[in-house]
Amino acid sequence: MKARVHVMLKDGVLDPQGEAVKHALGTLGFSGVDAVRQGKVIELDLAATDRKAAEAEVRAMCEKLLANTVIEKYTVEIA
Amino acid sequence: MKAAVITFPGSNCDRDLAVAFKAAGAEVVRIWHKDTSLPKDIDVVGIPGGFSFGDYLRCGAIAARSPIAQAVIAHAGRGGYVLGVCNGFQVLTETGLLPGALMRNAGLKFVCKSVDLRVETTDSAFTSGWSRGTIASVPIAHHDGNYTADADLVARLKAEDRIAFTYMQNPNGAVADIAGILSENRRVLGMMPHPERCIDPAQGGTDGSVLFRSLMTALVAA
Repeated sequence: MKARVHVMLKDGVLDPQGEAVKHALGTLGFSGVDAVRQGKVIELDLAATDRKAAEAEVRAMCEKLLANTVIEKYTVEIA
Repeated sequence: MKAAVITFPGSNCDRDLAVAFKAAGAEVVRIWHKDTSLPKDIDVVGIPGGFSFGDYLRCGAIAARSPIAQAVIAHAGRGGYVLGVCNGFQVLTETGLLPGALMRNAGLKFVCKSVDLRVETTDSAFTSGWSRGTIASVPIAHHDGNYTADADLVARLKAEDRIAFTYMQNPNGAVADIAGILSENRRVLGMMPHPERCIDPAQGGTDGSVLFRSLMTALVAA
């Protein structure tokens, strides 16, 4: 079973990298970009076979390590 | 005073930190990250600067879950002293021993230079040797020193006099110009600037030695 975790900065936390990317896109002539937020994707191969249990396990991983919940939020997809 | 300095893979200020503790008169033991306990009579744990675990995932995130981190958390829980410098500060926020988080510098550049810090509180074993408002020149060298906290936390840190140092000229976008903060019991200090890099005139300044001498005085008196 595979899991995909998206980690993003929480709304309201300034993302200097996203701002820099937005600025660079503007420089390249892409004028319609109102905002850019940069995050990360973490893919896991899991031995688990139960979807619900796998999701609970990955959420626990996010809380303990994969995301810093002081500044980041996460979503979990099980595929 | 007996100090333990932790070394993670990628730490690069561990030796300097040990030298600074020794110069203040401390006995120093060096501890490897895979160790699971600290010697029993340790007064202060130093978590050094560097790039522990290559800054993978987030700065300090992997180090904060390493075997020795649990022993450091237990040491702090017993009222032990902890000093985290630079990457050490990042490790301390990742363990939850200090609140808030350190993000990428607002200017997105690695900043390496001496900066002027204002000593905001003398009510700690680390800062008692200064006068409040003293300006100390201390080097910084970091890419992720942008201290981030929500408005409630900043208000609480101010109300509880837990901001140890602020930048005179903010180099990284840190909220409220914060360069270093104390834990609730005032015995855990995390700071981005490197006091261990200015303890000897040969390093270009000695302002950092005040911190180590303060700690020594406080712990010997205790």
